[in-house]
Order: sequence, then structure tokens, then C-alpha cells
Amino acid sequence: MLSDPYTWYFVGGVLLLLGGATAVGQFLKGQPESSLNPAMIDTFNRRVRAWWLLCSLLAAALVLRREVSVVLFGLLAFWALREFITLTPTRLSDHRTLFWVFLIFTPLQYVLVGLNKYDVYSIFIPLYGLLFVTARVAFSGDPKRFLERTAKIQAGLVFCVYCLSFAPALLYLEIYEPEALAALAQNASESQPGAASQRVATVLPWPKNALLLFYFVFLVQMGDALQYVWGKVLGQRVIAPAISPTRTWEGFLGGVGSTALLGAVLSFATPFNHWQAAGIALVVALAGFAGGMTMSAIKRDRGVQDYGTLVVGHGGVLDRIDSLCFAAPIFFHITKVFFTPG
Amino acid sequence: MTGPLLAFIAKLLSGASVRWIDSQPDTCQRVYFANHTSHLDALVLWSSLPYEVRNLTRPVAAKDYWTKGAVRRHLAGVFNALLIDRKDIKVHQSPVDLMLREIGDTHSLIVFPEGHRNTGPELGEFKSGLYYLCKKRPDLEAIPVHLDNMNRILPRGEILPVPLLSCITFGPPLWLETGEPKIEFLGRAREAVLKLKDI
Repeated sequence: MLSDPYTWYFVGGVLLLLGGATAVGQFLKGQPESSLNPAMIDTFNRRVRAWWLLCSLLAAALVLRREVSVVLFGLLAFWALREFITLTPTRLSDHRTLFWVFLIFTPLQYVLVGLNKYDVYSIFIPLYGLLFVTARVAFSGDPKRFLERTAKIQAGLVFCVYCLSFAPALLYLEIYEPEALAALAQNASESQPGAASQRVATVLPWPKNALLLFYFVFLVQMGDALQYVWGKVLGQRVIAPAISPTRTWEGFLGGVGSTALLGAVLSFATPFNHWQAAGIALVVALAGFAGGMTMSAIKRDRGVQDYGTLVVGHGGVLDRIDSLCFAAPIFFHITKVFFTPG
Repeated sequence: MTGPLLAFIAKLLSGASVRWIDSQPDTCQRVYFANHTSHLDALVLWSSLPYEVRNLTRPVAAKDYWTKGAVRRHLAGVFNALLIDRKDIKVHQSPVDLMLREIGDTHSLIVFPEGHRNTGPELGEFKSGLYYLCKKRPDLEAIPVHLDNMNRILPRGEILPVPLLSCITFGPPLWLETGEPKIEFLGRAREAVLKLKDI
């Protein structure tokens, strides 16, 4: 994959962008008299640092074995779940349930992804996680707020662990470009009993899964950033002031629209054509936005600004990956349904 | 196991972020006093100190808990715990005298003046040990420390920890004023810990 020029264009472009963002951030930091709010510059710099981290994670996926990426995403999920459960009040009687959730369910989900057991990992947490958590909490013998407690733990597992695991799962899909898929279907119909097997042309899968993962994460992060920028420039009508005072309809529409455009422009990094890429980017941006809103609602309920400030000094992993969590399963399933055979 | 390794594991497990508010780490002789909600408190507080300070600091811990089993005994040795027998406290062998003897004029102490672990989130009343420590050694700096979320990482009666995140806040030092009554000093110390909770 590293010999492929498009991979280099893409990665090089992202590195240039990040380098530019870092330079701007550092420049603004060194200008104390500027009219910009220093807290905003600080937030920007922290965001850029998080992007570098995420970017190096994905660069590792390009050069190392895909199992390494699965482990890295697993650690990210583990940390996000730590933040989620720390923020969510649980009762002391939930302690042993939480132990299982952290040390059995979370690692096992990523092991299953690494073993490419789609049949199991696609239902493991929503089904067996739910059954286990409810039963284990029941066995703890504390009926107080039972449904509320199990729902909290289950929501944390699904958002932070299950949803995010679909991002590295992309690396295991056997993806075909649309024309290759059509050829494959034709091959299948021609190789009916009696037909000569020599006429079947060999069709190879599209090999750059790691690049597709990079494309996806980049798109989601840019979706966040674009919504923010559009909201700052044009924002008038706030969608839900009690949930997030900064998310506006203008930012939402502008962000989703420009993300779709960006997705189409970058379609050279994917097996999709321009129109498909635009459509998929649109859906990804919508899902990312929904993720940001949902996590904001949880934070508002707990009365905190950021997951990062909840425990001072921590980066706030969940703040950075909330949109990624919502978009990952959707992107995975679109790719799986439309760009893999059968 | 070595000290730095144990400290690293404890920090990883407790996800502790450390804050020093109007206070700096120092190797001078100090008494760190904190709220107590988990058996991990002593270990995590010790781990959160910088290497040089940690080497000169002895957490006071319950003998019955930390001598049960070879693993705990070994760990208590590694983090240099000063084990106090809670059941066998005698007048002529008071824990305060023992602590002062053990620290000499180089070491610092970590104490939990509530005397026992709290089950709830509220801070209990302080026992008088802290007052007598400061009365006998007025040169010791008493540093209030607040440990947040530790009781969810390892609650009372549980063996296995859940790796959530916690926060450790160190506050500015207190000294016993000359002639300050016991109740007043202990109340002031308790308030100092409570204040760190909301910062």
C-alpha cells in the first residue's frame, strides 16, 4: 500500500494540514495582545494535539499489522469508557459488574474484531452485554434504580466500546470497487454448472483498507471542525440551547454540506466514485453531529463542560471521539453492504 | 517489585491526575493528611508524589490489612508503609510516638485522620492523632490532600479494582498555632481538605 501514490497524497495532505494548524495555534499563543479569546486558542491547540495523536494512530495502521490498530483502538475505547463511567454515577453495588465490563467485555470485543468474527462481534455487546449487565446487577442484590443503572452501564459500553470497534473492523473487510463488484456478480452468474471456468476473469479486492479508515476518521474530524467554523461565521439559530449553546442550524447545514463536498474531493482515497463518496460523507457528517449532540446531552445532565475537565489534566478522549463513535458503525455498514460481495 | 514500578502501576490503575494548589512538592518534613475511602488511598497518594519526595515519605496504613497474605505484605514493604496495629493501641505505645520515632528528622508521613474508611462521600470527623503529631513536632508542615473517586475504584470489602479515573489535590500547608485548641485545629484541618474538593 505504501507504494501507492494516492496514499502518499492523502497522508501528505493531512500532515500538511496538521502542520499548518499547529503553526497557527502556536503563532496565536505567542500573540497575547490579539483580540481572540485565550481560552479559545488553548482549546484549539488541545484539539490539534488530539488530532496529531489520532493521526499517528492511523499512520500506524498504514504501516503495521492490522492487529496493532485493533489494539490501539481498544485502548482508546477503554479510556473513553473510563471517562464515561467516571462521569456517570453508579452505586457501589455495581462494582463487580463494572469490573466485568472493563476487564472482560471491552477487551473481548476487540479480540473478536481482531479475529474477524463478524457474526459474534456485531451482536456481542448489544445482546450479550445487555443480558449480562442486567443479570449481574440483579445478582448484586440492590434493586434501587435498577433500570437506570443498567442503562447507564450499557450505554457506556455501546457508545465507547461497541461503536468504536467498527472503525478498526474496516481493516478486515474485503472491499471491491463498484466495477469490480459488477464483474464479480457476472462471474458468479457465468460459472453456473456447465459453464467453462476459464472464462471467469480474476477480480481482485481493493487493497487499501487502512487508507479508507484514515479517510473516514479524517472526514469525521473535519466534519466537527467545519461545523464549528460555519457556526462561528454564520451561526444564528441555536438548535437546542439547553444541550449545546454553540451548535446552530447554520453550522449544522454548512458543516454537513461542506463535509460532503470534501468527501467527494477526497474520493481518490476510497473505492467509491464521486457521487457515492459525497453521499457517504453526508451520512457520516450527520452521524458525527448526532454523536456530538448526544454526548453533550449526557454532559449537560451531569453539569460538566467537557469530559476533559471532569478529571483535571486529562485530555478528554471522549470529547474528541464522540462523533467518531456514532459515525463508525454507519460507515462500516454502508461499506459492507454496498462494496463487499454477498 | 520495585518502587517506581509499583508507583507506575498504581497511577495507571487509578488514572490519577495530580494537582498542587498553592503548594509545591518538597522534600522537607511534612504530614500529608487526606480523606479515606479506599484501601488504595495510601498507595495512590504515595505514588502521586515525585520520585525524590516519595522516597522520603511513609504512608501510615492498617497493619491487619497490609499483613494479610504475602502479596500485600510485599507491597507494603515496597511502598515503605508504616503499619499501625489498630486493635492494640496502648497508652505507653501510642501510634503518634511510634510515627514520630520512625520518621526521625528526614521522612514525611501520610495519615488519614478519619481513622477508618468512609463508606459515604462525606468527610468524617478527624481523630486527634493529627493534632498530637503537630503539637509534638510543630515544625512539620501539615498538607491537606483530597482524594476524589477512590471509593469507586476499590470500595470497602472489594478485592478487585475497577480502573476508573481519580483526582488528587494537594493544598497549601497548615501549622498548629501556639495555644490553638485541639477541636479548632482539627476543624480547620478538616475544612482545608473539604475546600480542595470544590476547586
